[in-house]
Amino acid sequence: MTFFFPFLAEAAPEKGHAALFMFLLFVGATLVITWWSARKSSGASAYFAAGRRITGWQNGLAVAGDYMSAASFLGIAGMIATSGYDGFMYSVGFLVAYLTVLLVVAEPLRNLGKYTMADVLAYRLKERPVRAMASLSTLLVSVFYMIAQMVGAGVLVKELLPGVGFNTAVVGVGALMIVYVVFGGMLATTWVQIIKAVLLMSGSLFLSVLVMKEFGFSFSNFFESISAITVNKDGVESTVDFLTPGMKFKDPLDQISLGLALVLGTAGLPHILIRFYTVPDAKTARVSVIWAMIIIGLFYIMTTFFGFGAAALLDGDLVRSNPNMSAPLLAKALAGDLFFAFISAVAFATILAVVAGLTISASTSFAHDFFTNVIHHGKEHRPGEEVKVARITAFVVGAASITIAILLGPNINVAFLVGLAFAVAASANLPVILMSVFWKRFTTQGAVWGLGIGLVSSIVLILIGPTGMGEKAIFPLQNPGIASIPMGLLAAWVASLMTREHSAEARFAEMKVRAHTGHGAEQAEPH
Amino acid sequence: MSDKDSESISDAELDRQAEVWEKIAHRPEFEKLLTAKARFIVPACVFFLVYYFALVVLVGWFPELSKKRIGPANLAYWFAFSQFFMAWIVAWIYVRAAGRFDRLSDELLGEHAQPSETPEK
Repeated sequence: MTFFFPFLAEAAPEKGHAALFMFLLFVGATLVITWWSARKSSGASAYFAAGRRITGWQNGLAVAGDYMSAASFLGIAGMIATSGYDGFMYSVGFLVAYLTVLLVVAEPLRNLGKYTMADVLAYRLKERPVRAMASLSTLLVSVFYMIAQMVGAGVLVKELLPGVGFNTAVVGVGALMIVYVVFGGMLATTWVQIIKAVLLMSGSLFLSVLVMKEFGFSFSNFFESISAITVNKDGVESTVDFLTPGMKFKDPLDQISLGLALVLGTAGLPHILIRFYTVPDAKTARVSVIWAMIIIGLFYIMTTFFGFGAAALLDGDLVRSNPNMSAPLLAKALAGDLFFAFISAVAFATILAVVAGLTISASTSFAHDFFTNVIHHGKEHRPGEEVKVARITAFVVGAASITIAILLGPNINVAFLVGLAFAVAASANLPVILMSVFWKRFTTQGAVWGLGIGLVSSIVLILIGPTGMGEKAIFPLQNPGIASIPMGLLAAWVASLMTREHSAEARFAEMKVRAHTGHGAEQAEPH
Repeated sequence: MSDKDSESISDAELDRQAEVWEKIAHRPEFEKLLTAKARFIVPACVFFLVYYFALVVLVGWFPELSKKRIGPANLAYWFAFSQFFMAWIVAWIYVRAAGRFDRLSDELLGEHAQPSETPEK
């Protein structure tokens, strides 16, 4: 924690103070929680799954806290503020996606697995190849997503606390997430996410109320004014209807592709999936998705107010010069420096909770899937080894992300990394999870090829698309989902049909009974 | 959940276990549970995907229709806004249906799954 004290002194004298104070309050509280978790928990199921004793509403809040990243809070607010309606389309997709989680993934996953997504695949397929591939996919998704968050954090801190550099901010955020995960494990991570969700919801609610106050709490005033916003571009004034679609997405196919990646990808994001192992049973997992949907839905509805509100109430040039700052700037314009400080602290908390979730998902997968099951054939050579490996991995993954984020620097466009994470989750992870639960003829080769092709096609299509090649793009769409999802599915299907696996078919009935009844599922730790 | 490599047990043992599980899977109670689940989940998924992608299609290919004013906002906004309620309502109906699935599966586990019968590994 000494990381933070030198940078305290560097921080700007006046304005930074309140923000810094609130941020330190949050850091202090989360460190106390980490200390409490570290004292309390011992053993693998405590470390990886918080002893499976998180309750439904707690896990619902934690899922929401794990999911609503800085990209959601700052990014979507900024996108709506600059691109109007098209930004709001993200908000819609982010919630609808939870129906996939609720209806098909959460309960079978909880019934069949122990700590990771790969547990479900390994249930009746050959452990080593499927775990190795699933672990690779998990590590890549988590690291992509994490780097995006870390660069975002660095830029944010630089803007909010003048005097603190990008590198200092990245190291600070990285160090904190390492501390949470290495010492506090899943229990500390869960509580960091819960607190963050509460802070984010209160900040957003207050901000939304302030916006509506500007419009005399009249929805017709509000919508009227966002339908005719005067935009000054290069000295030419024009009136723009921010409620009209098409300000950002020019190709409707790109929207379909994005929609597919959001709606199917969420149910394949490893850091979200592992949250369902922290509850006692599948029924509680279901309840927690419902809580998460209520919170996530309310949050994204509120993006209407602080997103469009920023477009209507803030100076257009100010927003366009730094769209990601539009939510904090709106707070400042409406309620002054103190509220600006609070919203900034909420943004820090948001980033920290998400990166902690990503770190624990990466380290759990490496320790449980790769180290214990691939290298050591499913046996711990020494007691407590798996947790120890996970702690070391959390440290290594954290340090690697810090280094990569610093090397990439503040000016890199990181939005595509988040898109990539969703594309990989939808194209590689979800198809194989569904096939392994619902399709008897699914084989190890099917899983390996499905994961591999889904992963490679997502990455390649982004690299040869407008994001990677700009004007000269070979693939015309920014979002690869519409092509990479069918590729992943097809690869899994064809490779399964080309091979026969007696053991996988023989164990299908057992898996089916367990997936749907919860018989033999992992139990919560006794009190 | 078993941590054992499926390769490490003999084919004969695997088949013996498979037969026991097949029997459980073919019990009328279990088949009833699966049918009930499929009857709910498949239409629910089709419905929510169609409802969601209808918005994307409206916004992408019917710009004039999207702009149509209804009260204070336009059709595109109201349709997007309705997605939140659609998601909540589908979730709420599912929770109610899932209560029924839980009872079916409790019946099955309570009455029929003697521990001796289900091979522990």
